[in-house]
Amino acid sequence: MLHADAERMAIPIVITLNGRQERLNVAPWVTLLDLLRGPMELPGTKKGCDHGQCGACTVLIDGQRVNSCLKLAVTLDGAEITTIEGLGQPGHLHALQQAFVDHDAYQCGYCTPGQICSAAGLMNEGHAHSREEIRELMSGNLCRCGAYTNIADAIEQVMGQQSGKNYKEAAE
Amino acid sequence: MKQFSYIRAEDVAGAVAALSADPQARLLAGGTNLVDLMKYDVMSPATVIDINRLPLKDIETLEDGSLRIGALVSNAALAYDPTVIERFPLLASAVLAGASPQLRNAATTGGNLLQRTRCYYFYDPSSPCNKREPGSGCGAIGGVNRIHAILGTSASCIATHPSDMCVALAALDAVVEVEGPNGRRDIAFLDFHRLPGEEPQYDNTLAPDEMVVAIRLRPDHFAANHSYLKIRDRLSYAFALVSVAAAIDMKDRAIVDIRVALGGVAHKPWRDPLAEAECAGKPADEATFRQLAQRLLAGAQGQGGNDFKIPMAERTIIRALTQAASGTPQVQSDKAIR
Amino acid sequence: MFNPSKIVGLPVSRIDGPLKVSGTAPYAAEHYEPGMLHGAIVLSTIATGKIRSIDTSKAEAVPGVVKIYTHENRPSAAWWDSKWQDSVAPPGSPFRPLEKPHIQFDGQPVALVIAETYEAARDAASLVTVEYKAETPETNLHTVYPNAYEPKKKRSGIQPPPKPRGKAEEAFAGAAYRISAEYVMEGEHHNPMELFATTVLWENDKQLTVHDKTQGSQASRDYICNIFGLDPDDVIVKNAYVGGAFGQGLRPKHQLFLAVMASLDLKRSVKVEMSRQEMFALTWRPSSLQTVSLAADADGMLQSVMHHAVQATSRYEDYQEVVVNWSGLAYKCDNAKLTYELAQVDMSTPGDMRAPGAATGVLALESAMDELATEIGIDPLELRVKNFIHFDQNGDKQLTSKALHACYREGAEAFGWSERSAAPRSMRDGHDLVGWGMATGFWEAGMAPAEAKVRYAIDGKVTVSAAATDIGTGTYTILAQLGAEAFDVPIEAVHVAIADSTLPTTGVEGGSWTAASTGSAVQIAAEAVKATLLDMAQDMENSPLEKAKPEEVVIRDGRLVLDVNSQVGIALSDILASKQLSSVEELGKAGPDMLQMRKFVSYTHSAVFVEVKIDEQLGVIRVTRVVSAIGAGRILNPKTARSQILGGIVMGIGMALHEESMIDHRTGRIMNHNLAEYHVPAHADISDLEVIFVDEHDDKASPIGVKGLGEIGIVGVAAAVANAIYHATGTRFRHFPITIDKILESELKHA
Repeated sequence: MLHADAERMAIPIVITLNGRQERLNVAPWVTLLDLLRGPMELPGTKKGCDHGQCGACTVLIDGQRVNSCLKLAVTLDGAEITTIEGLGQPGHLHALQQAFVDHDAYQCGYCTPGQICSAAGLMNEGHAHSREEIRELMSGNLCRCGAYTNIADAIEQVMGQQSGKNYKEAAE
Repeated sequence: MKQFSYIRAEDVAGAVAALSADPQARLLAGGTNLVDLMKYDVMSPATVIDINRLPLKDIETLEDGSLRIGALVSNAALAYDPTVIERFPLLASAVLAGASPQLRNAATTGGNLLQRTRCYYFYDPSSPCNKREPGSGCGAIGGVNRIHAILGTSASCIATHPSDMCVALAALDAVVEVEGPNGRRDIAFLDFHRLPGEEPQYDNTLAPDEMVVAIRLRPDHFAANHSYLKIRDRLSYAFALVSVAAAIDMKDRAIVDIRVALGGVAHKPWRDPLAEAECAGKPADEATFRQLAQRLLAGAQGQGGNDFKIPMAERTIIRALTQAASGTPQVQSDKAIR
Repeated sequence: MFNPSKIVGLPVSRIDGPLKVSGTAPYAAEHYEPGMLHGAIVLSTIATGKIRSIDTSKAEAVPGVVKIYTHENRPSAAWWDSKWQDSVAPPGSPFRPLEKPHIQFDGQPVALVIAETYEAARDAASLVTVEYKAETPETNLHTVYPNAYEPKKKRSGIQPPPKPRGKAEEAFAGAAYRISAEYVMEGEHHNPMELFATTVLWENDKQLTVHDKTQGSQASRDYICNIFGLDPDDVIVKNAYVGGAFGQGLRPKHQLFLAVMASLDLKRSVKVEMSRQEMFALTWRPSSLQTVSLAADADGMLQSVMHHAVQATSRYEDYQEVVVNWSGLAYKCDNAKLTYELAQVDMSTPGDMRAPGAATGVLALESAMDELATEIGIDPLELRVKNFIHFDQNGDKQLTSKALHACYREGAEAFGWSERSAAPRSMRDGHDLVGWGMATGFWEAGMAPAEAKVRYAIDGKVTVSAAATDIGTGTYTILAQLGAEAFDVPIEAVHVAIADSTLPTTGVEGGSWTAASTGSAVQIAAEAVKATLLDMAQDMENSPLEKAKPEEVVIRDGRLVLDVNSQVGIALSDILASKQLSSVEELGKAGPDMLQMRKFVSYTHSAVFVEVKIDEQLGVIRVTRVVSAIGAGRILNPKTARSQILGGIVMGIGMALHEESMIDHRTGRIMNHNLAEYHVPAHADISDLEVIFVDEHDDKASPIGVKGLGEIGIVGVAAAVANAIYHATGTRFRHFPITIDKILESELKHA
């Protein structure tokens, strides 16, 4: 998986990635983002800045949304990681993924996996109760195509479905 | 990034021992700043000590009523902790004003204290920077400096401390618990960070072989009247141009105790306890707040690009104190400043 | 001319949506092959000068490093400038990576490290040390302003300013109302979310498949074939998904050259992805200094329009935009003088960024119109309505359509403009000053020559193919809609093959041309398929369509039938079977109608209404409401169309308030070269945005009635924000972006 020369420094870790246990040897300087996009061939997690400034690399680690570009993979031994590929696939999309399609909550699609993972994390956290709070608590995900209002619509809709009430009315 | 060797510490003693063995090593917790800086080649430790497994993740109320926050408590866990929200809402609010939800999930309490400065020239290894490379000069002086410090600067460095959390901790007179090879000691929060002086390479007073293990907050009286007000270039996910942590203990609209700490204006969270003390007994009104603001900013000096921060700081202090006095703290998701 | 729509014109969800939301749409860097090499680029840390020496020894010692390229060992490439000029290159000598030790701009690539892993390349790159002989750069447009010149060689496709008409100076001098003001705009960077990247899959010495982040696969193919002497038949460039570009991907980027160079040299597959910092090195919206002078008579009718602009360019190319021309065609005015110059700085060549030229020029014009309205004392919307013209005075041409009145009316109504209190600082909300501002937007609705193929198969499946690109604009989806509509099949039955240089020729995805150009080509190809099917049908024995003409038949429910009586017809499958064919395919070609263009010209229009709230003491500004009413001809898909306008509004808000690439003029370096310090709007900055598409029928702009939407959304937005800020504060801000410090400083004067 890794180049032979790097293997002398490689450290064994076990992670659960999208529900599957993976035993890996990783060099300490490999970030989770580069591990996913490189050797794991899971490019759904995007690199937009590589410095925690855009949110495109957002994944869920033990259910919490995190910038994978700033996580060294070696520190994640035992962690459960969910990427966009693990949330849902065409044919059986996650409710958030479907809502993003329905609301056209993207254009180029590059920030989208990060937005969706972030929205999933947002819902797990349970701290957003209004559109303003959604906006504030989604602000770690930049979208240069400017789909913000549609993204908020998509998240609002799914939150409403899940709470069994009209979320918009509840918020007002 | 420079390649490095990796040590996974299992307990505090082990981490301290590893640090003592190699004071050039760096502790890795959330990684939100260290990994960032390593990728920019601003910090290139030969050894990284992973402390994520250390048992420093609890928030506990001590017998004397103090709150003890473990160094590895995440910023998010801290901000949403019911006890913190109830007793130290200023701290919770300040944390939520910083960074993004993703970063707050990863970043830790100890790491937040140890964030390196926010300065274009520090972050660019080919620019001169006395903090990164002592003696190389300061690129920001005479350069692009609208985000830089107006207080406590030196001819060597005009950088600011980037934290929001620390501004609240400064206002609340927190205590930093650190552990080194000779055991534990406390550092008063205002003594923890330092001004750049002629040695801007040192951000704080932590010894090279010491680590932060916890923050303690004493039982206090600021839960009712407080506000954290942050002014920045966009409405979220941006560093402060100026931020203010304000807290007042009042009796019959008269000030018993008042605290004002400033972020985004100095190499450390900025406070003036003497000026605060002089407010005791005065009415909690705009005139008092203005006087205090002017005292705090008495020595402020702009660098050209950041001159605006002086009036901005004055006005933000007054507004934050007004919010605090009226019991209507700034809500971080509310972009209107009430 | 159009059949009643079943799919075209409906808010269809993107057909590529499920792939995008599940992370399974592959972008340029997301292609894999065993043994792939990785590249990392070393950037110059000076803006001008020369490399004295370059030491790669430490980097070479990093395990996994395969080779390091510098100007000292770069494999040879084309010599003539013409070989390096891509399809939209401005006049000059294009930048050639690693060719010489000379440094032309900050962040210029000076070395390429190729290694077995990404990390080895990245980490070795940080160990390359370069000694420079630095010279003193000049990057300040204000300083070089006196050296401004009119570009001798014009950039292809960029209309130079028209000759002066009337007597603008005299009319100005004698007019009842006059304003003259200077507007400053700092340089911006596109910052699409995806980093520029190229993956080269090496097959043999001649044959390559290249996944490139580009707005034109064929432009990238031609570029590398010209430079490396490859045969265009042996090189395939693909750009299936492009993570935003906004014009930055119109010209091939240096990672394409470097990845192909290394691949050919090492005979291996190579991937090179830029860093975010590197995204600031090449292609930016140039800084500009503009002077606009407007004069009106006592009735508010424009008497004189003068607009002079100076824009930054590099030392090695004369990059040009259409900046001032808009001022000569926006409103009725018989006296106009429009002039455009360039001034060289030690930076990389600027490039097209969303609505290039218009975003800049209309910002100045529409700010000036607001100033004139204030001077006259009339409502800014009324001033614009008064001076409306349905004609292009620049070119003496008719307009194909101009539903701008409807934009004004419907936009104003949705916004509630009539409730506006005219005086500045007269509307308040708590601590906030409230301001309402508006502006008009303009963009040329162009077409570029484009080809497309359409195939109808016996199983009812339709394939639409063209080299066109979808950079998030919705190209996949609208082409599927056109295909579905033409053959009366569900959208799921249409396969859209685009983003591949081997497919029918199209131009780059830019200028808002794709829908009109490629969309028309698809329509024409589909018509040709139908005509062929009719021919075949008429060959059949006892054909009920024997005497039908092509325009009399339509496809309904899998049958070719008479439009007037759908009972009369033949099943398409029977037609194909009669010729023993499994499918029929035709090529369609679309392009501008040159004859018509002598008389007509086509523009899109908008009216943008903005509300801002500004904290009077703190200078904190929020854009709380935007209504954008758009006249852009036929809307193929209101869902994706709306998204394009929303995106333009958001970028316009960034342009107005946040975006500036900050240069340290002592060193000529951009210091905020990251997304933490170059602020693009975040979620919290964007409140309610409303988009209105007004009815606009246009049968000349393009064969399918489409005008294009990619640019018009941003034009006018920054001016409307600035005008709203004036209305809120009474201060005219003419230096963009209008950051919080500027607002605070003006409010200090008010206090």
